[in-house]
Amino acid sequence: MEYFAQQLINGVTLGSIYGLIAIGYTMVYGIVGMINFAHGDVFMVGGFLALIAWLALTAMGVTAVPVALALVLVLAMAFTALYGWTVERLAYRPLRGSFRLAPLISAIGMSILLQNAVQVAQGPRVKPLPPVVPGNFFQSEGAGGFVVAISNVQVIIVATTLVLMVAFSLLVAKTPLGRAQRACEQDRKMASLLGIDVDRTISLTFVMGAALASVAGLMYLLYYGVVDFYIGFVAGVKAFTAAVLGGIGSLPGAMIGGLLIGLIETFWSAYFSAEYKDVAAFSILIVVLIFMPSGLLGRPEVEKV
Amino acid sequence: MSRGHPDAPTLPDDVLLRVERLTMRFGGLVAVNAVSFDVRRGEITALIGPNGAGKTTVFNCITGFYKPTVGRLTLNRGDQSFLLERLRDHEISRRAGIARTFQNIRLFGGMTVLENLLVAQHAPLMKASGMTVLGVLRFPGFAKAERAAIEKAKGWLERIGLIDRADDPAADLPYGDQRRLEIARAMCTDPVVLCLDEPAAGLNPSESADLNALLRSIRAEDGVAVLLIEHDMSVVMEISDHVVVLDYGRLICDGTPALVREDPKVIAAYLGVDDEEVEQVEREIEERAS
Repeated sequence: MEYFAQQLINGVTLGSIYGLIAIGYTMVYGIVGMINFAHGDVFMVGGFLALIAWLALTAMGVTAVPVALALVLVLAMAFTALYGWTVERLAYRPLRGSFRLAPLISAIGMSILLQNAVQVAQGPRVKPLPPVVPGNFFQSEGAGGFVVAISNVQVIIVATTLVLMVAFSLLVAKTPLGRAQRACEQDRKMASLLGIDVDRTISLTFVMGAALASVAGLMYLLYYGVVDFYIGFVAGVKAFTAAVLGGIGSLPGAMIGGLLIGLIETFWSAYFSAEYKDVAAFSILIVVLIFMPSGLLGRPEVEKV
Repeated sequence: MSRGHPDAPTLPDDVLLRVERLTMRFGGLVAVNAVSFDVRRGEITALIGPNGAGKTTVFNCITGFYKPTVGRLTLNRGDQSFLLERLRDHEISRRAGIARTFQNIRLFGGMTVLENLLVAQHAPLMKASGMTVLGVLRFPGFAKAERAAIEKAKGWLERIGLIDRADDPAADLPYGDQRRLEIARAMCTDPVVLCLDEPAAGLNPSESADLNALLRSIRAEDGVAVLLIEHDMSVVMEISDHVVVLDYGRLICDGTPALVREDPKVIAAYLGVDDEEVEQVEREIEERAS
């Protein structure tokens, strides 16, 4: 029982990170109808930027952990958002209106470019970060001597994710920008005829997705204590899976999908074998898609007349 | 505010939109051929013609869907003149003040009726929300702008009789209501010209009468000029001040409804008579009149 509880905690933490990345996939898909394959690498860039910001701040003498963390969060979000904006501007906007596969190919190209750029600039080796937030928020010893613990890092991850997801859902539901995004999602031409700057709305969508991915990058860094140039690929594919599982285009779907993938992976590693955790996650994806092709919360594709 | 194009021609005071020698070619097909006409302030102008005459193409040029092959489209708003063919998609609405509906309904079906009208007020709201940041934090300036937007939207819902359905998804409305909601949404962008592509298509006679009343009130109360494409002659003849007739991409008649109704070329175009027979039709009409 204690073992189960511990795995649940770990799964929710991992799932939060996937969920944050998945939102970026799902939003971009919703509004432009393309899969931004470079998004996982934007997440990786976010992790690196967070690490660099952390080291810079420590060197400058900012040692109070909460202050430093808040600053790192803001800096990483800002700079990664800039990356997201640039990627859209350079690789996708010029291809808008071209055939459907063109931006997909340039997305893959962008992904490879980001990976290699970081590899060249930062070196191929794993970059460690010493534990920044040590200690446990809560722990209790069960009957069998097994300790269930929620670490402070896990609390930070889950709490930040929750806050961001609520803020983000409000933004989409209540603000003019969110309305514009939903309008562009349904009918871009009509939206522009109502005075909505579609290009800018799409840019802002990429900016928001990238900012959330950078938060995920920071959380990943805090949780695992390492980043390398390749983490974006696996995490990106997982988050993409989460978005598809939840129903691509649906925000709550991305969050739920992320949680599910995190939980599946953790429980599979805990009870079966860690080597096959990816197989488990993707097998479940396949099964879900066979029976629910539009994902858990996705709307079935309706033919436009 | 945005300034107009300095090299745009000055229009006479009563002319709001001037279409000059508009030509649109698609490969070898000339869809619109050297068409010129004016849309005057405070008038309802109807654009009619048989199927395939090029009416929707003219609309598409005015609203920025197509860049005209040749021609000049000048719009006068306040003391500024805009060349429409130079404006980007969203500027057609935002700067020039042109709103449009389509032959098929293009509401945002997944949004509520009220939200559809708020989306149309995106530009002022976005400004008030300081690029969203102030909006998220609910600054008083934004809250005020949003209240005003909701008031305006509700005013329109009252006018089209849909206030009770404000929070329903737009896709759930009956067809006739969706048509009127589209017009209200277009009006929420604060246009100076409202372009309607077959607004009466598929309406029953009573809905059609409601539409006439709505368009008349838009002309009288809001002072917005209306340019409409319509096949329903009861709508055209009853409410329009000025009718422009196209046939095979050419302008064949431009005048009051009474004038157009009697024009032999128009009758010939609608009945599908060859050019050589036009004179004969003309004679027949004269005989019948005498």
